[in-house]
Amino acid sequence: MKTTSKEQHLDELKAAQTNNRDQITADLFVPAPLDTAGQEEISKPSVSFWQEAFHRLFKNKGSVIALFALVILIIVAIVGPSMNDHTYRSQNLAHSNMPPKVSGLEWLGFDGKNSKGMDVYEAQHVETNYWFGTDEFGRDLWTRVWKGTQISLFIALVAATLDLIIGVIYGGISSFYGGRIDTIMQRIIEVLIGIPNLIVIILFILILEPGIRSIILAMVITGWVGMARVVRGQILQLKGQEFVLASQTLGASNARLIWKHLMPNVMGPIIVTVMFTIPTAIFFEAFLSFIGLGLQAPLASLGVLIEDGYKSIRFFSYKLIFPALVISTIMICFNLLADGLRDALDPKMRK
Amino acid sequence: MTEEILAVNNLHVSFKTQTGTVTAIRGVNFKLNKGETLAIVGESGSGKSVTAKTIMRLLPKHNTLISEGDITYEGRDLLNLSLSDMQKVRGSEIAMVFQDPMTSLNPTMRIGKQIMEGLLKHQHLSKKVAKQKALEMLELVGIPNAKERLEAYPHQFSGGMRQRVVIAMALACNPRILIADEPTTALDVTIQAQILQLMKDLQEKMDTAIILITHDLGVVANMADRVAVMYAGEIVEQGTLDEIFYQPQHPYTLGLLRSMPNLSASRSEPLIPIPGSPPDLATLGTGCPFAARCPYTMKVCHDFLPEHTHLNESHTVMCWLQDARTPLTHIPEEVGSAK
Amino acid sequence: MMKKNEDLLVVKDLKKHFKMGKTSTLKAIDGISFTIKKGETLGLVGESGCGKSTVGRTITQIYEPTSGEVIFDNEVLHTKQNKAVQQQKKRAMQMIFQDPYSSLNPRMTVMEIISEGLVIHSPELSRMEREEKVNELLELVGLSKKHSQRYPHEFSGGQRQRIGIARALAVEPQFIVADEPIAALDVSIQAQIVNLLKKLQEEKELTYLFIAHDLSMVKYISDRIAVMYLGKIVELTASDTLYEKPLHPYSRALLSAIPIPDPDMERSREQTILQGDVPSPIDIPSGCRFRTRCPNVMDVCSKIEPVYREAEPNHFVACHLYDETVMSREDAVALHDC
Repeated sequence: MKTTSKEQHLDELKAAQTNNRDQITADLFVPAPLDTAGQEEISKPSVSFWQEAFHRLFKNKGSVIALFALVILIIVAIVGPSMNDHTYRSQNLAHSNMPPKVSGLEWLGFDGKNSKGMDVYEAQHVETNYWFGTDEFGRDLWTRVWKGTQISLFIALVAATLDLIIGVIYGGISSFYGGRIDTIMQRIIEVLIGIPNLIVIILFILILEPGIRSIILAMVITGWVGMARVVRGQILQLKGQEFVLASQTLGASNARLIWKHLMPNVMGPIIVTVMFTIPTAIFFEAFLSFIGLGLQAPLASLGVLIEDGYKSIRFFSYKLIFPALVISTIMICFNLLADGLRDALDPKMRK
Repeated sequence: MTEEILAVNNLHVSFKTQTGTVTAIRGVNFKLNKGETLAIVGESGSGKSVTAKTIMRLLPKHNTLISEGDITYEGRDLLNLSLSDMQKVRGSEIAMVFQDPMTSLNPTMRIGKQIMEGLLKHQHLSKKVAKQKALEMLELVGIPNAKERLEAYPHQFSGGMRQRVVIAMALACNPRILIADEPTTALDVTIQAQILQLMKDLQEKMDTAIILITHDLGVVANMADRVAVMYAGEIVEQGTLDEIFYQPQHPYTLGLLRSMPNLSASRSEPLIPIPGSPPDLATLGTGCPFAARCPYTMKVCHDFLPEHTHLNESHTVMCWLQDARTPLTHIPEEVGSAK
Repeated sequence: MMKKNEDLLVVKDLKKHFKMGKTSTLKAIDGISFTIKKGETLGLVGESGCGKSTVGRTITQIYEPTSGEVIFDNEVLHTKQNKAVQQQKKRAMQMIFQDPYSSLNPRMTVMEIISEGLVIHSPELSRMEREEKVNELLELVGLSKKHSQRYPHEFSGGQRQRIGIARALAVEPQFIVADEPIAALDVSIQAQIVNLLKKLQEEKELTYLFIAHDLSMVKYISDRIAVMYLGKIVELTASDTLYEKPLHPYSRALLSAIPIPDPDMERSREQTILQGDVPSPIDIPSGCRFRTRCPNVMDVCSKIEPVYREAEPNHFVACHLYDETVMSREDAVALHDC
């Protein structure tokens, strides 16, 4: 907005100028000393790459909304399970299959009525409201959904972090040293990519006991390859850039080259890749749980909940809807944020 | 005798960027006559390429704003043509050659096909005739073994040969205007000499008018009939080749000429650079954009934009030095002697 | 201390070949020898792909030579020397690069960029001392200390190139390889950079190897000029001599190809336009490597490679036209044909 008003101001000035050409008096026609210092002056304020990137990110409505939604989701996922007295594993068979009910939100469908339109809470004289309803064992779904979100996010974050560490080190070594080392390391990656990762993951989980640790391990065993390739490609490109050569002719050590010149310039693509890895990891976890290779009861993840809900979709659709909504929101938000980050960090967009 | 085929009047073009609107062209006027070569000279960022792309309507729609002006070609305003009409003009009547011959050819398509594409589309020739014509074009631009080369892909050509193919493509439909945007900047000097010679020969044969965009005054001296010097989105001086080189009136033109290396001068003669850097278009004030770098600045230059002074039919300059109120002692020798 | 007129850099039969796949080799430099005296500027001119940049990078030890010697300051340079000596040599030899956009790290401030050499070579300096030194350097290249906290993308091409020069000067080198430092700049800015380099040479007694792709600007800065074609030097002589009396047909063609910014001269002069393209350095022609494009080609050129020799005092050329023994034989053949 500021710039447009400045533009208008300039336009007005120009208009005034053309109208007032007679303001140009003879006394203005005197030599003005050349301002040699001013010639090199830069009028724009100084901004670093990261400041500019954040500025651009926050101008992108999609990613701001996504970021906001993610923050809320994460907060709710952390505090949600302790917002009522139920735990994710406490069963109450008397209260099984209760539909969601929130007092005050009846008009939104949280009215405690089942698919036939009967108010189950009244019929069974249940006093407490289950906000997201209960499952067949009478476990509170609100608690389970947020506990599940916690676990899903935890798995995704840990997997993405491990991908990041392995991928950056592997890709970095491969591209920085180049030559034979690079050739051998790339062949290994090609072999890993050649085997469909789903098969690797499934086999891995069949060998290990199903559980959080084995899911993470299974995902990381092939997941880091993408990061390694991104890092390798970027560093290979940067290595030929003249500023790296300049630093070499100054006699910089390898450590200096890596940490001062290469890494800061690869950070952008790394961050973007991580942001895209997280939703993929969440999806993989859900998928594994869905085909029965995921977490074991009573532990819940979003995938486990969706699988449970899917079984009784016709009568108790709410069991599917809530975890599905949460997982979709998380996936969309991470993707939107990653997209925004990619636009903000892409050096090609800079001028 | 001279027949005008293109006229650009008071053109203003701005771009929306992340940080605000930047005006790249602020009031450009020029005419192009049949069969002549008009050179547009300027430094990077002076708006010379933008001018060319505006004529071809090749600028991205979503962030370009053409706030004023018109481009008249054969009585029609190119800026108001529908997209399909414009597509008919592009290629068949006005063609363009870009700086980088590597990227202006489709790498997955045979050269012959690429030349034929325009012929099939604009001249509705049969495939056989179009192929014959493509062959003739390749021979015309001096590609050896033209017949076999029709079936080759762009990567099988060297840089100079690729630029020849690009020129063949541009001229295939016998356009009346060829816009060449730095056609030799990416090439080596010996290859540049070949391409310039080729363009001159072809112009003679086909009677095409050329708008040559370049930053190299040597190329201008070699090719042009008339010259327009651009600075910060404005044509600061315009005239015939001799007027610009021998009677330059604008301090910027003068500075450009002085900073050019002279092969015959001894090496102890110093070069005279233009001090400072080109201005940032986003933060230009109301005065003359060259004022901050001009050795002849006056007070008036910083606040008021000079008007175009017509010295004669062909020579126009935009500078306060032309004003009668400028003290004679302040006028540089070169400018003064021409007056 | 070294005396003037002493050779600072001696290059002896330097070769740099790159392996391209299993069978072919790219002969970027194929045996070149030259010397640069202290305080002198040698211009190295040639078209793209002739190996001129590889020469610069091999001399500054970015590339390891395939064979041949680089003697700098009376010491043979090679990578197996001990670290301390290498660091010292690296410090004495600096480079200025072509592309003002990729030669500065976009994530560093100007202060960090220029002070990098100081951090590496003079770790004993305090932060304050370093900053003071950087500000001095900025002023030396015509910028001011106000610019030191800015990032490279905020500067124009010419200003960036000056930052690159300040970075090279920070470690007080004796010798600077300038790899096409003006090729990417606007004409009006090119002159600024050339003048700045000349001024710095006088003030700091620098020695330059100035690499360029055409002959127009080089003469303003070079004392002597070497013309390279496909990995070899074809002609080397004093800069004025090269412009007045070029011997090798390639040098003549290069000179003739430069468009002159003077319409009358352009109209009146005869231009020799070379036909064809530069052959690939993977597949170099037999005999004289310029024969495929040479307007004066003879039979002998495809059979025997011309010797690089002193045709006239201080004027070296590699061409059969200036080899008496070959020329007399050619004449004999020509006579015989009649």
